[in-house]
Amino acid sequence: MGNRTIKVETLTRVEGEGGLYIRLNGEAVDEVRLEIYEPPRLFEALLRGRPLEDVPDITARICGICPVAYQMSSVHALEAALEVTVSPEIRRLRRLLYCGEWIESHGLHMHLLHAPDFLGFDSGLEMAKQFPDEVNRGLRLKKHGNQLVDMLGGRAIHPINVCVGGFYRLPTRKEVHKLIPDFEWGLNAAIETTRWVAGFDFPDFESPDCEYISLSHPDEYPMNAGVMKTSRGDTIDVANYEAEFEEQQVPHSTALHAIRKSTGRPYLLGPLARINLNRDKLSPSAQKLADEIKLEPLCCNPHKGIIARGLEIIHAYEEALMILRDQTLKGKSRASYEYQAGEGLSATEAPRGTLFHRYIVDKDGKIVEASIVPPTSQNQAQIETDLKQWISHVISNDERETARKCENLVRAYDPCISCSTHFLNVKIERT
Amino acid sequence: MGKPKLGVFKFASCDGCQLSLLDAEDQLLAVAEAVDIVHFPEASSRLESGPYDIALIEGSITTPHDVERIQQIRGDSKFLMTIGACATAGGIQALRNGADTSEFMQAVYATPEYIQVLDQSTPIAEHVKVDFELRGCPINQYQLIEVIQSLLAGRTPRTPKHSVCLDCKRRGTVCVTVAQGIACLGPVTQSGCDAICPSYHRGCYGCYGPAAQPNLVSLSTQTLKTGVSPAEAAHRLQNFNVSAPAFHKESQRLTDQAREQN
Ligand code: SF4
Ligand code: SF4
Ligand code: SF4
Repeated sequence: MGNRTIKVETLTRVEGEGGLYIRLNGEAVDEVRLEIYEPPRLFEALLRGRPLEDVPDITARICGICPVAYQMSSVHALEAALEVTVSPEIRRLRRLLYCGEWIESHGLHMHLLHAPDFLGFDSGLEMAKQFPDEVNRGLRLKKHGNQLVDMLGGRAIHPINVCVGGFYRLPTRKEVHKLIPDFEWGLNAAIETTRWVAGFDFPDFESPDCEYISLSHPDEYPMNAGVMKTSRGDTIDVANYEAEFEEQQVPHSTALHAIRKSTGRPYLLGPLARINLNRDKLSPSAQKLADEIKLEPLCCNPHKGIIARGLEIIHAYEEALMILRDQTLKGKSRASYEYQAGEGLSATEAPRGTLFHRYIVDKDGKIVEASIVPPTSQNQAQIETDLKQWISHVISNDERETARKCENLVRAYDPCISCSTHFLNVKIERT
Repeated sequence: MGKPKLGVFKFASCDGCQLSLLDAEDQLLAVAEAVDIVHFPEASSRLESGPYDIALIEGSITTPHDVERIQQIRGDSKFLMTIGACATAGGIQALRNGADTSEFMQAVYATPEYIQVLDQSTPIAEHVKVDFELRGCPINQYQLIEVIQSLLAGRTPRTPKHSVCLDCKRRGTVCVTVAQGIACLGPVTQSGCDAICPSYHRGCYGCYGPAAQPNLVSLSTQTLKTGVSPAEAAHRLQNFNVSAPAFHKESQRLTDQAREQN
């Protein structure tokens, strides 16, 4: 066999638009490129000069799939710049909002985007004809996530209730309690769903030598705070993020590629990384199920990302129920603050992994500089590395079949490439 | 005749508007029954080329290639509908229209020459004929379903053109401007969201774009009286619908006013 190329013009069932290009020399892989052709929207540039209050509304528009993550990382970073501390109640409500986004986003990916790969369908909608109960259950879980974001955030996509310091208004006890019956049903349904996906036929493949990274917190499953932990045993303070990681621009993509500076190698963020590093912080039902399905303590099979998502949905339901049932909803809806010049950074756990924001603000509360590093762009180099290995497992003379299997692997990471373009290179030069 | 063929296409956007379709969980399977979804990359791996009976277009035009792509899609489509502020008004990315795009690119990318991008972010209607525009950032899923259903039934889709204020009254929300002195774009913003923001004690920031015949000068005059500076008032109009003509014109006027004051 001589040289040949495999091209997937449009990757499907991923968020945002991109393609895949693979060049082979006989059986050997010459080059693998995840090509992202999302047009740049230049968010970091257009935030400059705007009042800091605009940031959560504007950065939400980077991604319609995970607006809460953008709002959470931005308000935390701005509060750090303003030296504002929020009340424990607000902190809990922020976690509640995040639970909604995890349920919604993971529910969408598991049922409509990823599961069809294991069962041989082109889409979740087609899968629904043979698996109506499973798809309907999945849609209901996804809907609960939306309902929760809607209740607390004002609407499911681009919530309007999040602000620096907290929320414009707290939900009423009645609004909060109304969700409890659905969430009680949902917790059991999430357990069933995860059992179902754990029974899929997983290819025998492991990411070679992959470093998993996520936030970790001594008392809770990581979501809105913590230090970064890695599966090589390192601990990185979020403040040192830019010293430890580096983004490089590559010609074939509008997104940047990230590597660990100390190893010169890519790394992986997201549900699998979070589970691998924080399994003991999962809620009781999620831990019990992880044991029941015998998930490896360090799971390196990217195809099992769907199981990690299922476990995180269970966790999110259980944590959400705890907060929803809490009777102590009181206090001010937001912390007040005064403008001061400063710099603030923060990372929170978006559904797809650690999302980093840094802002410099001036004494009038205007944005001077913004830097946003979304998870998918950081995962991209690891995805390409894994694809190179995976190809040798799936290569055949049937190009379409090979291309399909490559796409399957890409989807397993749940890349969200609509957001992967909008971050500032940290090596910015100014004259 | 077979089922109508539906295509969903994306340009510069956040995916939020097309997600509204997947978020209509209760109607989703019914819609999938009633139409043949032949091109929807986010939802299905089956991608068919045209012709399409209905094309939903999300996102604004920001690259030379996308200028060509929208022409092609128009040629393939019987009925073309834009969904969201990006597609109908250029979106938040149109904030660069008045600025220096190459400076923006340099601020974000180390090697901007790898990436081709136009100076302006423009709405779809500046490039091709658009049959129907659905407003919002994001659109309202119930409106989207209603429009698809009316198309299937052969009706002309109807969406309200009145301002957010009317919906506040209908919901029984106490006006945040009157009661709390909070600046609100509700009087000049088209309804469609069911007046969410005031019900959460904040002013409307205009994500549905200008209502029919909005009196922006009058609203600005009122807002400036409460101590808001002309520059701040201009910023308020410069977000998701910055390029919608009515918002654009008034934000320019306020910016000029701010400049004179300095
Ligand atoms: S209009 Fe708003 S929600 Fe819709 S695609 Fe554009 S940014 Fe996203
Ligand atoms: S709160 Fe805003 S939208 Fe509602 S009535 Fe008052 S001005 Fe109008
Ligand atoms: S900004 Fe205005 S139009 Fe948008 S959701 Fe809020 S009230 Fe509705």
